[in-house]
Amino acid sequence: MRSRQFKSRSHRRNHFFENFSQWDRLLNFSVGALSILGTLLVWAATKSWFANQGLDPQYYLKRHVINLAIGIALAYGTTLIDYRLLRAYTPIVWGLAVLGLVAVLIPHIGSTINGARAWIALPGGFNIQPAELAKIGIIVGISMILAEKRDSDANPNDLDVLKALAIAAIPIVLILIQPDLGTVVIISAAVVAIIATSGAPTRWVVGLLLVAVVGGLVAVKAGVVSDYQVKRLQSFVDPTADPQMSGYQLRQSRITIGSGGIIGKGLFSGPQTNGRFVPEQQTDFIFTVAGEELGFLGCGFILLCFGLFFARAFTIAKRTNDLFGRLVCVGVIAWFAFQTFENIGMTMGLVPMTGVPLPFMSYGGSSMFANMIAVGLLQNVHLRAR
Amino acid sequence: MSLRSRLNIVIVQALVISLMVALLGRLFYLQVASGLKYQNAALSIQSRDVVTPAVRGAITDSSGIPLVMDRPGMVISVDRSVLDKLPDSGKSVISKVALLVGLKPDDVFISTRLCGELPIGQRAGCWKGTRFQPIPITRTATQAQALKVLENSDRYPGIDAKPVPVRSYPSLAGENGSHVLGYVGSVTELDLANPDKHYYRDELIGKSGLEYEYDKYLRGTAGIKTVIVDRKEAVTQQAQNTAPKSGFNLVTNLDARLQAATEKALATSVRRSKSMGYHADGGAAIVMDVKTGKVLALASYPTYDPNIWQTGLTQAQAKDLFSDSAGVPALIRPIQGMYAPASTFKSISVVAAAAAGYNLNASYDCPASVQIGNRVFNNFEVKSLGRVSLQKAIAVSCDTIWYQIAYDQWVKDGGLRPKSGLHDYFFTAAKGFGIGKSTGIDLPGEASGRLPDRGWKQRYYDQNKNYLCNYSTRAKKSDLTPYLIAIAKENCVDGYMLRAGDAVNFSIGQGDTLITPIQMAQVYSTIANGGTIYKPEIARAIVKPDGTVVKEFKTEVTGTAPLTPEVTAFLHKSLRSVATEGTAAGVFAGFPIHVAGKTGTAQDLGRNKNGSSKDDTSWFASFAPVEAPQYAVVMMVSQGGFGASVSAVGVHDIYAALYGVSGSTIDPKKAIFPDGIPSQLPKIDVKNAKLAKP
Repeated sequence: MRSRQFKSRSHRRNHFFENFSQWDRLLNFSVGALSILGTLLVWAATKSWFANQGLDPQYYLKRHVINLAIGIALAYGTTLIDYRLLRAYTPIVWGLAVLGLVAVLIPHIGSTINGARAWIALPGGFNIQPAELAKIGIIVGISMILAEKRDSDANPNDLDVLKALAIAAIPIVLILIQPDLGTVVIISAAVVAIIATSGAPTRWVVGLLLVAVVGGLVAVKAGVVSDYQVKRLQSFVDPTADPQMSGYQLRQSRITIGSGGIIGKGLFSGPQTNGRFVPEQQTDFIFTVAGEELGFLGCGFILLCFGLFFARAFTIAKRTNDLFGRLVCVGVIAWFAFQTFENIGMTMGLVPMTGVPLPFMSYGGSSMFANMIAVGLLQNVHLRAR
Repeated sequence: MSLRSRLNIVIVQALVISLMVALLGRLFYLQVASGLKYQNAALSIQSRDVVTPAVRGAITDSSGIPLVMDRPGMVISVDRSVLDKLPDSGKSVISKVALLVGLKPDDVFISTRLCGELPIGQRAGCWKGTRFQPIPITRTATQAQALKVLENSDRYPGIDAKPVPVRSYPSLAGENGSHVLGYVGSVTELDLANPDKHYYRDELIGKSGLEYEYDKYLRGTAGIKTVIVDRKEAVTQQAQNTAPKSGFNLVTNLDARLQAATEKALATSVRRSKSMGYHADGGAAIVMDVKTGKVLALASYPTYDPNIWQTGLTQAQAKDLFSDSAGVPALIRPIQGMYAPASTFKSISVVAAAAAGYNLNASYDCPASVQIGNRVFNNFEVKSLGRVSLQKAIAVSCDTIWYQIAYDQWVKDGGLRPKSGLHDYFFTAAKGFGIGKSTGIDLPGEASGRLPDRGWKQRYYDQNKNYLCNYSTRAKKSDLTPYLIAIAKENCVDGYMLRAGDAVNFSIGQGDTLITPIQMAQVYSTIANGGTIYKPEIARAIVKPDGTVVKEFKTEVTGTAPLTPEVTAFLHKSLRSVATEGTAAGVFAGFPIHVAGKTGTAQDLGRNKNGSSKDDTSWFASFAPVEAPQYAVVMMVSQGGFGASVSAVGVHDIYAALYGVSGSTIDPKKAIFPDGIPSQLPKIDVKNAKLAKP
């Protein structure tokens, strides 16, 4: 008995290493580097301020490490089962996401942070954000539908596209109500990228892009976009328009990044960061900490890591013969690419302010878990590519 | 994989690459291309200069008596950035703190508003700084009041108290000196924007008078502590710390006792004039050393309490400083008030007549009136005297002699068709005494007066031609009298020409001529000393707190008047006879000091706010003693009536104080300068200074 137990345990361990050694190493490297840097930056963003306030300087560090550990476990778990079998769970993930998105809109359950009713507060100070889960649900869901009949080489027809859009539309509308425009843009980008890659008729791709542009304009005009979003847009155009709120944040953010110069002020040594002149710098504005403390070299390295991540993800997408796997990969790429661009672009004053976190780096459990599950999906496709 | 699918994946890939390249480009722009700019911006966000104002230097009189000095005070200030966030915008807190320090809540409310927050016309006493600096509401709070604020910060949010030096006016001799000393106030945005001055936000700087003129010496160097702060303004680090350096003391030529006596004589004269039924809305009195130009006393009326700048200006006080009904106390009349000199100008006319070849010792006709063209010019102070000596004409202030001389000279110069090679003896003489040019006294805001010569007439005409030629449509309804319309019509045609009337008026100091009392004091000093024009100087020296002399102000000669010894002697003799047998004989009867001077009663054609015509300007310009002139004393009471009965009496009182005269005897022990005007610099010990016994 004893020996069998031992054997099975060692077998399990071997299985883990065997599995892990087959993961795409460069993808792992990029995610690992970003996560480690992210951890240090979250710590740097909060350490000095918390110490000055007489609080635990490692408060955020501890929680971030826990989130990261859970995230890694989720990524690992995601790779264990063949992703094609994961399809079976997709409706559950999608359903849970939609339920969560409905729940946040219910008073007393959802809580509003920064103008968007996007969080469900849990005991212990944790908040979960169903929109993050929805990203995975939508990407896997529409990939499944568009790749369904892919034994022959026939492209998806109009009906398939319509089905896929329906699946995406429900969570998107719910997220619009929150309102979290940044996430809507990211999900839409992923949806369009998946549809484009699926080989669906080009008119769909062009049409969707047109709808996005026209819809955006109408939304702003008709006042669907809430007051705080208009303010954010205005302060993007003229940062002095609302100097106390979003304009202040954008100005401070830009100055903080710019003041880092080429080599930065050194980790933990950024006066802007330690003075917390940029609000929310451990979450959405984590890149300002990198900007100030690590400078152009450090930030360049971060962009390089993201670049490597995308390069590897594209390689995985192209290498697999399975359309479903490829679509999932492309969806994940579009998601991360747009989210990274929105987040870093916002901190540098390149795009209007939205409330999306920086993948792998920002503090925040829901986002971390979703990101890591997505990495797991990429590795899963990689592991099962033939 | 279908071709379309393959192509689209490449498009997605290109899109992702371009997004990343855009980020990298923007990153390069922010951190490398404009890194320096953002580093500076960050520094200005993080660093705060905590300014500890230096102890401001004292201003003393020539014997070391402090006229103004710093003493420890307690400032209570309001932080608008905190108050504005309270539910009632801090109104209740302001009321509470106002009652605590004994001010009116309304006054404190106004004094903590930015000027731009108040409607135009209700801005008196508003705050000229920004919302983000502490706004002082009083600098003279007590320890107990300060403690109350500091210990109950929950009841007084946004209110702070801290010890600061405040300006204090010991007034040891009872002097006020508010106009000559000026005042200090908080730095404004305008001051901060001035690239020539390096002010700090919390500093007090000179705003007027000597405080302004010698600010760079008096102010000292503020101590600067640069700290690095976080978003909540909590200090995280100290970057630099320099201790404040005390300002230097300013020793003036003023004498506290003489200043007090001059102010008192002026106030008494104004009161006397009022009791005679005149408006008497203001006045000026100056005592000057004729051999150096030192200003020994300079008084302006009405005056105000200089302490109001420290205790917290009330709205009423702020308004009063500039209100017509209160006589615009902020106006420094000795250097900013401009008046027609009237008969005091005849001293200059004597110089002009001598230059034109008139025999000063001859006799001339003094009829009751002279007809010039179609206008009749009357004697003002006397009737017909027949044929009199020029000396007598000065003494009794005959005008018609001057009308005739001025008219004759005007005709000689070509009349309405000016010849080439004009003599313009009267203008030349006036110019020679500096009329129309500021004296350069070391006080800010000096007016230059007006010399209405041919050039001025032309300039004035060019500027006003349109108005004059459209008078009936452009003028105010109340100014549309037939007389004024006729004058405007006349001026429209040839207003640029020097007419006979202009020349005649000029010779007796009427018409468009305007001079300031300090110019008058300079003219009579020049006559007294025989022709040297000195720059009136209030400052004597700048002295460090340890006694080291930084700078001594030397006597400055700014010109020489066209006076020959003969003309000087004639003027001394004639001006003396004003006080012995002329217009001021009654005032100076039996006075042991031999005063020489000239009365002036100037017509002012303007109107008061209530529509009444203005009363005459009362002048007395003098020097003494006539044998060896030492002092020039000038007094002017605007709308004060006759020169003799108002100003000459005031000047008499000033001489009495100066020489220690009571009745007709001199008590040298009571004289202000028994050993002459001090030439040595005093030892300065402002805290223990005591008045010399007068």
